[in-house]
Amino acid sequence: MDKKKPKKVLVQGAIPPEKIAQSIANHQSKTNIGAHSIFLGQIRADQVDSKTVRAIDYSAYEEMAEKVFHEIREAAFSKFDITCAHIYHSLGRVKTGEICLFVFTSSAHRKIAIEACNYFVEEIKAKAPIFGKEIFEDETHQWKVNK
Amino acid sequence: MKVSVKYFGIIAEAAGRDEEVLEVAWEISVNELKEQQVQKYKIPDAEAVQLAVNQNLNKEVELKEGDEVAFLPPFAGG
Repeated sequence: MDKKKPKKVLVQGAIPPEKIAQSIANHQSKTNIGAHSIFLGQIRADQVDSKTVRAIDYSAYEEMAEKVFHEIREAAFSKFDITCAHIYHSLGRVKTGEICLFVFTSSAHRKIAIEACNYFVEEIKAKAPIFGKEIFEDETHQWKVNK
Repeated sequence: MKVSVKYFGIIAEAAGRDEEVLEVAWEISVNELKEQQVQKYKIPDAEAVQLAVNQNLNKEVELKEGDEVAFLPPFAGG
């Protein structure tokens, strides 16, 4: 059931730590799960030519991004024996130290949960049309590119 | 024929707009449209720009009336 329902991945602003805690709590009734794997992407205060990044302003080709997330999800469920998977990515301004990506995979056993989580993160970075404007302290900016 | 064009990130910045409707020649290829707009708006780092037609990154398609073409700079999610 969980895997069929297309959910919206893109959320406005930073992902609050409370949402992550609540997601963990929501799985305590699912006792066929033996392992969760969680990835959290956090905004780093990169230094570029003596200026410091203080936020990233995310934008996306939203309709395509949601479609790509759905395809990644379908592929993950066919590759890995996971019980459920949840992904959220920020849009708009996220300050340094805040969370912009939350991937949460669950399985009966740890290896599958960890491998599936890693798969989601790598696929999202490579395939989702999301763009990041790195904002410096003086409000100038540069465009981020994934390495 | 008309196609609807969307620009994102650094490309939208260079073009000074997020979207527009363009009148283009019949049978124009995706790459021809890319080349035309790269020149027009002086879009930087053109090799890294990908075009999605109706949300698909397939470079080989021929454009049709009403298609939605998105100019995508390098991805930076995560």
